[in-house]
Amino acid sequence: MDHLDQLEAQSIYIFREAFARLKKIALLWSLGKDSNVMIWLARKAFFGRMPFPALHVDTGKKFPEMYRFRDHYGKEWDLDLRVEPCPPIDAVDPTLPPAARSAARKTEGLKMALAKYGFDGLIAGIRRDEEATRAKERVFSPRGLEGNWDVRDQPPEFWDHFNASPPQGAHLRIHPILHWTEADIWAYTKRENIPIIPLYLSQNGKRYRSLGDQDITNPVNSTASTIDEILVELEQTKVPERAGRALDHETEDAFERLRVAGYL
Amino acid sequence: MNMIVTPASPATPNGTTRPQVRIVIVGHVDHGKSTLVGRLLHETGSLPDGKLEMLKAVSARRGMPFEWSFLLDALQTERDQGITIDTTQIRFRTNSRDIVLIDAPGHAEFLRNMITGASQADGAVLIIDALEGVRDQTRRHGYLLHLLGVKQVAVVVNKMDRVDFSADRFKDISDEISAHLNGLGVTPTAVIPISARDGDGVAQRTDRIGWYKGPTVVEALDRLEPARPLEALALRLPVQAIYKFDDRRIVAGRIESGSLIAGDEIVIMPAGKIAKIKTVESWPVTPVAGRQGAGRSVGITLDRELFIERGDIVAHAGTAPRETRRLRARIFWLHDKPLAKGDQLLVRCGPKESRATVVAIEKAVDPGELSSSENKAIGRNHVGEIDISLSNPIATDPYTENPRTGRLVIEVSGRIAGGGLVLSVDAGQRAVPVDIVPVESALRPDERSARYRHNGAVVWLTGLPASGKSTLAKALERRLFSNGGSPILLDGDTLRAGLNGDLGFSATDRSENIRRLAEVATHLARNGHIAIVAAVSPAREDRAAARRIADTAFREIHVATPAGVCEERDPKGHYKKARAGALASFTGIGNDYEAPQAAELVIDTSQRTVAEAADEIEQMLKTSGVLFDELVDLAANI
Repeated sequence: MDHLDQLEAQSIYIFREAFARLKKIALLWSLGKDSNVMIWLARKAFFGRMPFPALHVDTGKKFPEMYRFRDHYGKEWDLDLRVEPCPPIDAVDPTLPPAARSAARKTEGLKMALAKYGFDGLIAGIRRDEEATRAKERVFSPRGLEGNWDVRDQPPEFWDHFNASPPQGAHLRIHPILHWTEADIWAYTKRENIPIIPLYLSQNGKRYRSLGDQDITNPVNSTASTIDEILVELEQTKVPERAGRALDHETEDAFERLRVAGYL
Repeated sequence: MNMIVTPASPATPNGTTRPQVRIVIVGHVDHGKSTLVGRLLHETGSLPDGKLEMLKAVSARRGMPFEWSFLLDALQTERDQGITIDTTQIRFRTNSRDIVLIDAPGHAEFLRNMITGASQADGAVLIIDALEGVRDQTRRHGYLLHLLGVKQVAVVVNKMDRVDFSADRFKDISDEISAHLNGLGVTPTAVIPISARDGDGVAQRTDRIGWYKGPTVVEALDRLEPARPLEALALRLPVQAIYKFDDRRIVAGRIESGSLIAGDEIVIMPAGKIAKIKTVESWPVTPVAGRQGAGRSVGITLDRELFIERGDIVAHAGTAPRETRRLRARIFWLHDKPLAKGDQLLVRCGPKESRATVVAIEKAVDPGELSSSENKAIGRNHVGEIDISLSNPIATDPYTENPRTGRLVIEVSGRIAGGGLVLSVDAGQRAVPVDIVPVESALRPDERSARYRHNGAVVWLTGLPASGKSTLAKALERRLFSNGGSPILLDGDTLRAGLNGDLGFSATDRSENIRRLAEVATHLARNGHIAIVAAVSPAREDRAAARRIADTAFREIHVATPAGVCEERDPKGHYKKARAGALASFTGIGNDYEAPQAAELVIDTSQRTVAEAADEIEQMLKTSGVLFDELVDLAANI
């Protein structure tokens, strides 16, 4: 078993635990490289089909390539796709800095979708290496009734035993690729031949390392036009993956505030 | 500002063979974990460009001297309090290893986070402040590493600059911690003097520690071995689920140890059913040929339709795990409320779960304390050994035989509250070959319960001679019988006339007397009767043995009539004879009666009538689930 085999086996284990122990789950499909790997892993875990919905909380501000990707692979992968809207910007905490406020719309959209379907578990493609607050996450991470994350009172989690009993009305976030790195995602995407949105590959000296809303995501300087070249680039870079995400850089604690409130 | 530390290099991309090792840095709060991590990142060239300068600028803006630990203190709340809350994961490279560094908090308040971090580690660095020396959290973390099964432990003695790089001070600490760890069966791979702040001993042996000839921290990390899948052990495939998405019926799970291949004869535990693996299913290509080894998440189909459920274990016939309803475990406890005898829990062994009762607690100590005084309950952040009785049989292994399946977690109110290692599996039978079917009673327990309106139980009356045990026992017997129940009196003296006629009053014979009483009573209880045992049973150890035998059916009543009253009553004239020296080994006039410390009920018959005492017993039997208060839906328990 090589490194990618081990990551895959662990993720499949987590998917099966979530499906066995929770009543109503959905996978949050952001259309990015990480959630596409997640869908692939789910199909491996369940032998070809994903037996729960793929939920796309749509800000309406994604890149056109992302919408095309969603509509195409939603069908090809036979997903139970649920597209849910986000509320207008006025409905969001005005004390947040502009980009964070824009991203917080997604949190509100997520809350609305939760209320609509009554999911007790949401599968999200966050990784520990992306961002420091995400490094502190559990694989099964309880959320409060308001969808909030209490970083100070996280239950212990060890030996692949997960806390899977959210209180009535609350939900769990499940993170099957928490232990993967950005390079792992690309190496696995290549090995498994998983489709990607071309925005990740370099055009005119720039590419996106991370895809969010159009107005708050910027490309990075890069000449990597294949996955192999991306892997070489990642070997050498010391620039953080989310460097192109405006909301991470507005204030020291903007991202943590978002996450405590229920952002991914 | 974003304070993340990105991986300086991807972990083992395609084609490379650098082993990945996950390590955790543990130790007492403020002994310098975060500083060491910051220094390690710097020394191994793992910091993003400009990070160091940026942090120095932030420190200056805040009017604080720069600290290496700022690298990790990414959360606002952490900076506010100056303590690391949780486990973060950071990657860097040594000469031949990709290291995934899991930082774990040293503050006692966050032991659950330390455990969460350390449980994922292949190796550990235990850090000790040279000035403060070994502290309670140092010892506690050392103990937990042992319980978590982390065997590779390097010790670093930090802040050597504060003790003028004294070789003597280093040796004192090194000796003390080595003795502690050796006592737990953990041999440190190295003990290294360092100054994380200045860099001595981290990547270089500086002149200031010129007397030290061992490895640096980076060298010690470079020698750690990654975890290896347990392919050499017997096959254990705990079943996570059965999927019937199409015409296949797939048994899914992860191989925890051993390996399997299509065509293997397997046994499904704990039921002991035998089948053959038809195919190993996968996606996108299926079925897959070849042997599947430990660590793989797989799906198999069988050559016959068997009832299999989540939590069963697929094994090879002949090397199947033990089936048990009873086991002993060494655990750590994280819940606010101490774990006590009689507590009801949920136990998880892999995907299997079972309700359980704590039958006994031993060796409950605070692993942080030097002189470990034993407690009756296991407090928060303490450890101990417990005997648990399980309501469903499970298949498991002692951890010495299989470190993956020989461990369990305990849940309270849906939240993980503790965990530990399976030390032994009581009365554990090896897999019963499927063609031997034990003959069971024609009646199910619930059929008897429906008639008697009570569950089987052993009501054990202990107390001084003439304290009123037999009187109470007879009153209780009459009361239960009048209500339609099935009580059976087992009087100690009466049984000595027959079954126990070969026994005298030596300590050994008394123990055997109690054992036989307990066995007979338990047999009756298992068949739905309420066995009422009236026996002096003076030795605490003997009664504990009886409780172990009867398990959850055991109800102890201490008939605590004052000794003076008993001697005055003396209906059999025993006290009189004993006082005259004519009755050897008589319990009552010496101090040889060991009163129960946690009886279900205590009754002083000098303070109440027989009827009142019988009421109290009846009430206790109701509240503890023996007598049915009202008509219950028995079908629900089938």
